[in-house]
Amino acid sequence: MQRFALIFVPYLWLLALFLVPFLIVFKISLSDVALAIPPYTPTLKDGVGPFIAALDFENFAFLTSDDLYWKAYLSSLRIALFSTLMTLMVGYPIAYGMARAPEEWRPTLMMLVILPFWTSFLIRVYAWMGILSQEGFLNQFLLWSGLISEPLTILNTTTAVYIGIVYTYVPFMILPIYAALERLDGSLIEAAEDLGCSRLKAFWLVTVPLSKNGIIAGSFLVFIPALGEFVIPSLLGGSGTLMIGKVLWEEFFNNRDWPVASAVAVILLLILIVPIILFQRNQQRQAEAEG
Amino acid sequence: MNQAVFTPWDDPSAKPLIRFKGVTKRFGEFVAIDNLTLDIYEREFFALLGPSGCGKTTMMRMLAGFETATEGSIELSGQDIGPVPPNKRAVNMMFQSYALFPHLTVYDNIAFGLRRGTMPREQIDARVSEMLKLTRLEKFARRKPHQISGGQRQRVALARSLAKAPKLLLLDEPLGALDAKLRQATQFELMDIQEKTGTTFVIVTHDQEEAMTVASRVAVMDEGRVMQVATPERIYEAPNSVYVADFIGDVNILKGTATANGTGSYAVTWDEGQRPVTAISDTVFSEGQACFLAIRPEKIAINAERPTDADNAIQGKILDIAYLGNLSTYHVALPGGQVIKAQAANTRRVSRRSFTWEDTVWISWTATAGVLLDQ
Ligand SMILES: Nc1ncnc2c1ncn2[C@@H]1O[C@H](COP(=O)(O)OP(=O)(O)OP(=O)(O)O)[C@@H](O)[C@H]1O
Ligand SMILES: [Mg+2]
Repeated sequence: MQRFALIFVPYLWLLALFLVPFLIVFKISLSDVALAIPPYTPTLKDGVGPFIAALDFENFAFLTSDDLYWKAYLSSLRIALFSTLMTLMVGYPIAYGMARAPEEWRPTLMMLVILPFWTSFLIRVYAWMGILSQEGFLNQFLLWSGLISEPLTILNTTTAVYIGIVYTYVPFMILPIYAALERLDGSLIEAAEDLGCSRLKAFWLVTVPLSKNGIIAGSFLVFIPALGEFVIPSLLGGSGTLMIGKVLWEEFFNNRDWPVASAVAVILLLILIVPIILFQRNQQRQAEAEG
Repeated sequence: MNQAVFTPWDDPSAKPLIRFKGVTKRFGEFVAIDNLTLDIYEREFFALLGPSGCGKTTMMRMLAGFETATEGSIELSGQDIGPVPPNKRAVNMMFQSYALFPHLTVYDNIAFGLRRGTMPREQIDARVSEMLKLTRLEKFARRKPHQISGGQRQRVALARSLAKAPKLLLLDEPLGALDAKLRQATQFELMDIQEKTGTTFVIVTHDQEEAMTVASRVAVMDEGRVMQVATPERIYEAPNSVYVADFIGDVNILKGTATANGTGSYAVTWDEGQRPVTAISDTVFSEGQACFLAIRPEKIAINAERPTDADNAIQGKILDIAYLGNLSTYHVALPGGQVIKAQAANTRRVSRRSFTWEDTVWISWTATAGVLLDQ
């Protein structure tokens, strides 16, 4: 009985916080738009028979008819993929540096990585607007140092979106890689050197493979939320930055077309399920290898 | 065996392979190696013995290139190796912690060093197979280090360090985790490899018997200093200090004062109520100088009657008997309260042995049985 309860609690959690909302969204995606509150039909007030009869896949068909949607999905995938790579590029050296820092420094460094989370995410993104705009700090600094003579246009471009995503998600990359590197036994590197590796070779042949799980975990932790990212592209990106999160938001709040918006969300979720499952697999394999 | 004539350390013209010249290693304030001067010759099987934390691993790590000497220099074949990085040294090390690569199979671990060179694939394959066979790991070649036992891991580490057939091989407690039989087999295997390849071995061990079996010379260390370097026989039979005598094997130490009673012969007064004992010594002691007489238990005979021909004989009572299988160690309490250990071969079954607890016996030894030490 107790065992059953123990297993049941997480499932209840999953049911309440994931499955029920998903089913609601899925149901809306099968409905039609209406001028009412809520802005779709049918609802259960219509009775069960007509309710089921009125559901259809029209909205999904609509998504394929307008190339805005698949372009947005593709563009999101591309942005998420590249920003994950960039986050890895930035995060790995930081994690490596942290793991090799003197032991007494590590908690402080860890603190510094987590510190930004203490401020609202929105405020931090706004701060980037102040940095990246035409009259922003970055341009002023570059102009002052003489590196450029004309201010650069960064804000409202895809570059700004990349900067925003890398900045926001880099802690999610650093932490799992740091965890992997910190556990790494220094004598393995020595053994590799002893057997004829240069420092760099030892890094490639020993350090990187042994932090592979951290790299994979970090990449998923960045890729998954970046794919559906909405705030960063809408605040930092311009009209040229197409991301599915933004499309979704516009469908909901500008067009008030909840059924189409829900269909967009369902597809996004289906796309996300693949990396999520891969991520789970990786975590499980890692747990097995250690257990 | 050519080991009988292999004594390059006695040959003043011989060139050492490794030469420690006044090497000191400090970690902050702590002195891990204290002004070490030591020569190790080619084809030697050099054993380092000493208590935990005396600096054995530190010494090895300096040879492998992971630590630099704070003072002094280390030469390999006459060349100062201070600035040479580990991957450029013809030295391989077997780590005390094994340091196996957890993401690679046993096979790939052993092949790791070979693949760093220009050796062709087939040759690497052949070499790895040879190593697997040597360490009896053929069945585990495809497993990862976490899928094999501790002893098997140790053998992988050994195979990996042997694979490149380096000029100098550093083994940090290579056989500690093996059972007695396998350990003995591997010891002979190591000696065999050494004979065949002419590799110089420096080996750390906590097992004196192992050091005695394999080593051409043994260095006994204490707190970063080398106390004595000599062949196993000399370390055992002619230790230069109480520390060395006590560290290697079992020993009885009688503390007293020496009085000359002939050329090279001394009467050692060691207990008020006892007659002085006679000991022969090459070291010269002044009249009344404090000294220590070290006698191995197996050099002390135990009899029911007073032996007539012994130089030294004392009566005592058997306090305890430690049965070691082939031998028994008798702890004999003397009237003054001291306990002397005497060892005798168990030529008879235990049930029929001559002495038992509380028996009054005579222990005796010759004048040459013990070593007279001044420190
Ligand atoms: N990196 C280091 N920093 C500070 N002290 C160290 C360091 N490495 C070793 N020591 C100290 O130097 C001394 C010698 O260490 P070492 O590892 O050489 O001992 P060992 O003789 O190999 O001992 P064991 O038989 O236990 O392996 C020890 O007291 C150890 O604490
Ligand atoms: Mg050690």
